[in-house]
Amino acid sequence: MGRRLLLEHDNVPGIETFDVYRKNGGYRSVEKALKSMSPELVLEEVQKSGLRGRGGAGFPTGMKWSFLAKPEGVPRYLLCNADESEPGTFKDRYLMEKIPHLLIEGMIVSSFALGANQSYIYIRGEYMWVLDILEKAIAEAYAKGFLGKNILGSGYDLDLSVAPGGGAYICGEETALIESLEGKRGNPRMKPPFPAVKGLYGCPTVVNNVESIAAVVPIVNDGGEEYAKIGLGKSTGTKLISACGNLARPGVYEIEMGITVEEFIYGDDYCRGIANGKKLKACVPGGSSVPILPHYLVTKTAAGEDRLMTYESLADGGFASGSMLGSGGFIVFDEDQCIVRNTWNFARFYAHESCGQCSPCREGTGWMEKVLHRLEHGHGNMRDIDLLAEINKKIEGNTICPLGDAAAWPVAAAIRHFRDEFEWHVNEREESQKRNYGLIREPQSIA
Amino acid sequence: MIKVTIDDVEVEVAEGTSILNAARTIGGEVVPPAMCYYSKLPGTGGKCRTCLVEVAAGSAKDPRPMPKLVASCSTPVQDGMVIKNKTSERVHENRGAVVEFLLINHPLDCPICDQAGECHLQDLGFVHGAEKTRYEEERRTFDPIDIGNKIKLHMNRCILCYRCVAVANQLTDKRVHGVLHRGEHAEISTYIESAVENDFSGNMIDVCPVGALTDKTFRFKSRVWFLKPMEAECECTKCSGKAVVWQFGNEIYRVTARKDRYGEVEDQDGKPGWICNDCRFDKKDLSKWNIIGPRTIDRHSVISQGHYQSPRTSTKKLK
Repeated sequence: MGRRLLLEHDNVPGIETFDVYRKNGGYRSVEKALKSMSPELVLEEVQKSGLRGRGGAGFPTGMKWSFLAKPEGVPRYLLCNADESEPGTFKDRYLMEKIPHLLIEGMIVSSFALGANQSYIYIRGEYMWVLDILEKAIAEAYAKGFLGKNILGSGYDLDLSVAPGGGAYICGEETALIESLEGKRGNPRMKPPFPAVKGLYGCPTVVNNVESIAAVVPIVNDGGEEYAKIGLGKSTGTKLISACGNLARPGVYEIEMGITVEEFIYGDDYCRGIANGKKLKACVPGGSSVPILPHYLVTKTAAGEDRLMTYESLADGGFASGSMLGSGGFIVFDEDQCIVRNTWNFARFYAHESCGQCSPCREGTGWMEKVLHRLEHGHGNMRDIDLLAEINKKIEGNTICPLGDAAAWPVAAAIRHFRDEFEWHVNEREESQKRNYGLIREPQSIA
Repeated sequence: MIKVTIDDVEVEVAEGTSILNAARTIGGEVVPPAMCYYSKLPGTGGKCRTCLVEVAAGSAKDPRPMPKLVASCSTPVQDGMVIKNKTSERVHENRGAVVEFLLINHPLDCPICDQAGECHLQDLGFVHGAEKTRYEEERRTFDPIDIGNKIKLHMNRCILCYRCVAVANQLTDKRVHGVLHRGEHAEISTYIESAVENDFSGNMIDVCPVGALTDKTFRFKSRVWFLKPMEAECECTKCSGKAVVWQFGNEIYRVTARKDRYGEVEDQDGKPGWICNDCRFDKKDLSKWNIIGPRTIDRHSVISQGHYQSPRTSTKKLK
């Protein structure tokens, strides 16, 4: 078991209350930052830490912060993106449910670094009970003087509030989140201008994932360099992984970046292998929108090296034989699962969640869903498989926001690696309705 | 002023101009088609993805090409930018894909659609569309509804360009219609079919690129190419009173705003020439209008196929 920076105290009874959290070393970073550091110094530590955005894209957080425009007399905002709706991802929920004060502490320090006096946590509409937990924790923080006017006598003011969404995946896209927070329909905005220049109410805004903000706490406490020592290369620190699917022990794990995928799936400290002694068939390592990997590419890269839990190693081989770390929604399939059905399930999700603003995504996601429905239910043709590949090529990269890409990648990857299974669904229509295809063969040479 | 190159044509435009507007200063085939952008309505654009172009060089300072195609209507030009529209294979391919996407749920009811002949989707389909659809599923359908007593909404034909939403936001005092639902199920509607009642609501019909919003006083009266468009003006307290009346003999079948070659209203007296609902729906009598002369519909649609020529265009050609 590696070091745990975020979930160190997740099982301490009463950790959700201020007093217990404080006794376990909570709010140290606020004291340190507000009393002995300047905002620039906090930013510097975050840059040194090499922390990368934990929401999925993996953009360096320090760099994102440094892009924030700072015009005179204009307020700046920090928004926490807690609209965690990607199928297979539930790490932020666990963190907020268990240790709400960690997020609040991170929000205070991050807002201080960015010079924001009003910050929001935008939480997914389906997480109403988490909203209650957070609001209770925020009220405690106000009562103890960690929020509000003149925090700890430093002269720094911060108001923090939680805003629930209406239950739309698209509002996890940062500009759609801003629109939704402004009280409008959650449609992504055209970029440029980027939120760092023109965000919430036209003011400079930074939007960060829950886990990224929480990670600022250990970075300030121990220093950015100390944080950067954990991990491998450009993947520094620890990462929360929400493992689900056919695993013997699914759940939320905090891992040190750089452990092998093999250890994560089969290790005793982590998931302890596939449930019921079955075999691994496929794995989606970073939430439903990243490419799926067949069993022979999960623990080893195409070049035969061990695959590691890092941004780089999981992406090794590009989309031809790699995937992405994404948001850390680790979904594992055993030999009894049907990839066509799963692909259809994902496509159905994206068709349902497309905002309907731009044409390739609005029409394309619905079309893919219908074609996949046909294939899965034994009414497909061979040309449908090529049609699917073509549709997702036409969606990818041509939409306003990344939802189009997120819808296209899993379908493209499923066809790339599991074409035999798709063809089997066409050729053996009746049989495909009765049983599953099982494991696919490993190709002779992997490009 | 900054210099940009579009399809090997160099042009100088003011800083902050979008690629599309820069292309429009050149004119002709260099101009990407736009289904949702409307220059007179700020904030529109970026949605239909028909105007995507390839940027072969970002700027003189940073001449790297942009990896993705960009929406020309909402991307400002940079000094030394090199843009490819009709010369790019990728753009051509993508435009075909967008037309295919727009058409999978669009009913091909052009023979009974009032927009036929002046429909942007028809034009786009003509240039970039495929011969046959690959869509085998049932199309999404809605019942046509009345929004107000003068406007009919055929949601089946809508391509969700959001232009009519912008009209309601920017020209009328209160917007009562908008987009409901999301994704494939998104639709333009009023909340519980309430009426759109406003002096300028009729402009929604003019900005609609397809036949989704049609004029109830004109529906099924005539094909547009049988009508004679005439420039006319009238005394009006609400709008400029400068419009185009579409005649058949001495009868006025419909009234629209004066639109340019991109289907956008022309400026009248320095302001966009939106017309009011009185002029559009109620003044169907020649005695109420002062006819100035024939109007050329300068667009690549059937109306401009030499139905007649106005003296103005013929002199232009002589030069």
